[in-house]
Amino acid sequence: MGSPADRYKSGVMPYAKMGYWDANYEPKDTDVIAVFRITPQDGVDAIEAAAAVAGESSTATWTVVWTDRLTACELYRAKAYRVDPVPGNPGQFFSYIAYDLALFEEGSIANLTASIIGNVFGFKPLKALRLEDMRIPVAYLKTFQGPPTGIVVERERLDKFGRPLLGATTKPKLGLSGKNYGRVVYEALKGGLDFVKDDENINSQQFMHWRDRFLFCMEAVNKAAAATGEVKGHYLNVTAGTMEDMYERADFAKQLGSSIIMIDLVIGYTAIQSISKWARRNDMILHLHRAGHGTYTRQKTHGVSFRVIAKWMRMAGVDHIHAGTIVGKLEGDPNVIKGIYSICRDSFTKKNLEQGVFFDQDWAGLRKIMPVASGGIHAGQMHQLISYLGDDVVLQFGGGTIGHPQGIQAGATANRVALEVMIKARNEGRDIWNEGPQILAEAAKWCSPLNAALQTWKDVTFDYTSTDTADFVPTATAS
Amino acid sequence: MKITQGTFSFLPDLTDKEITAQIQYALDQGWAVSVEYTDDPHPRNYFWEMWGNPMFDLKDASGALTEVLAARKAHPTNYIRVMAFDATLGFETTRLSFIVNRPKDEPGYGLVRQEADGRNIRYTIESYAAKAPEGRRYE
Repeated sequence: MGSPADRYKSGVMPYAKMGYWDANYEPKDTDVIAVFRITPQDGVDAIEAAAAVAGESSTATWTVVWTDRLTACELYRAKAYRVDPVPGNPGQFFSYIAYDLALFEEGSIANLTASIIGNVFGFKPLKALRLEDMRIPVAYLKTFQGPPTGIVVERERLDKFGRPLLGATTKPKLGLSGKNYGRVVYEALKGGLDFVKDDENINSQQFMHWRDRFLFCMEAVNKAAAATGEVKGHYLNVTAGTMEDMYERADFAKQLGSSIIMIDLVIGYTAIQSISKWARRNDMILHLHRAGHGTYTRQKTHGVSFRVIAKWMRMAGVDHIHAGTIVGKLEGDPNVIKGIYSICRDSFTKKNLEQGVFFDQDWAGLRKIMPVASGGIHAGQMHQLISYLGDDVVLQFGGGTIGHPQGIQAGATANRVALEVMIKARNEGRDIWNEGPQILAEAAKWCSPLNAALQTWKDVTFDYTSTDTADFVPTATAS
Repeated sequence: MKITQGTFSFLPDLTDKEITAQIQYALDQGWAVSVEYTDDPHPRNYFWEMWGNPMFDLKDASGALTEVLAARKAHPTNYIRVMAFDATLGFETTRLSFIVNRPKDEPGYGLVRQEADGRNIRYTIESYAAKAPEGRRYE
């Protein structure tokens, strides 16, 4: 690089030469590491592009500034240290960048993301940029509260073990009055669901103001609990235009004895962290609907992968997160979804390139998020859902409950019977992946709601090609 | 009514053979099995009476079934459940819980509504059976 005088001479200089590229850099245990998929403009060298990303997401500007010399600038510079071609995608590269912990404020997703996905995504020398994954050091994780409740405590409060939880979203999502809305909630809970849910855009519109919804829903929850002897719940969406309004709604939910509230991802990272702290203080389970994420998570070349959003949400602190169904109507490659579920539920997530997970991640005791599978799933897929997603998940059958030909209660019962019969069979050692349809058919002989559900939706699948897939395929190794 | 707490309450009552298969599954996962009973079926009655400690060192499911049968003989009109506990770091909690005995007649619950200010209602769920003193319910 030459002498300091040369390095800080006024003018422009390649980012790689300014100290944002170091092929020999060994990341420290306390570094934040990000891996980006970069697509440089034609004629832009991959290493220079990676260095530019490191620069623009840490200390650099477009030209040399002498004021760097007033700081410990070598520490503050992010360092790109590795660039690999993306398998099977010419012109794209995975670039690994390490950031010193000194760059970040404790306990602030807003601060972390202002660096990592701040200016850099609009940077002209790149055609496209995607944040694929991050390694968050234990030292930084310990400054975050994490989920206010977590899977273990949620189950203990609900007194429900050994099976996925069952939910549904009230439909139609807009237009029902409070009283009609509460009717749907009561029928679904009494029929066998554990939870019913507000949809993301149910807030406080003219057809149903939020207080009315909360009051009628809690009548439904308590009436269904008395009818079944089970703990029941309804995710009351407290999303609103201001934080003050959100606190007011959350306080009312608490006053009414609700065990769970809900927020939308679009409220923003800081609002999520604020309501998370409120939820921890008030023994409230916090459900997150990932409204809006598809605008930046779905395309492989540009944006932020959902596995990174899931990591940020485990740090920010939510108890439920919609994380994909694999078999339903929304985007979800099996491998990618499994990686996201691991991020939500593991104590230690292992690196798994086929699942899009680039790093080992020690979760440092942060509580676990219950993933939620929702969107176009039905009872006839129960064996696939359990095989793919495991036990610690909320399976949400909205249309698959409310659209049942014999009514909402029957729809809920069909789902609950399908679930219990499949868990029982699996535990008995049966091969549910292959025998699933037969296990359901046997139960349908004594459970007419299940029979009707299977007849109604027997052929419904959503078999489209995924857009968000991992680029690593398993290779046979000589043994 | 039929109280639907526990993992398999929407299915026909499990036979002793089916109970043994579930216990074997729990033991295969390394979980410790225990038996609990109660005559207070409130949804938030978390602490049922323990039929002895969890059987941490048990390897054979038929041994646990023996305890289920003994609890049933001693408390034939009570709710009895089998629980499986996982002491693994990150869990340290119950992983499976299912009812293996229930009263012949389950009168269910009343919902008491106390009208409060505004349109607020304070709800209380009361088991009809639990209005009698403990030990004299479901007779």
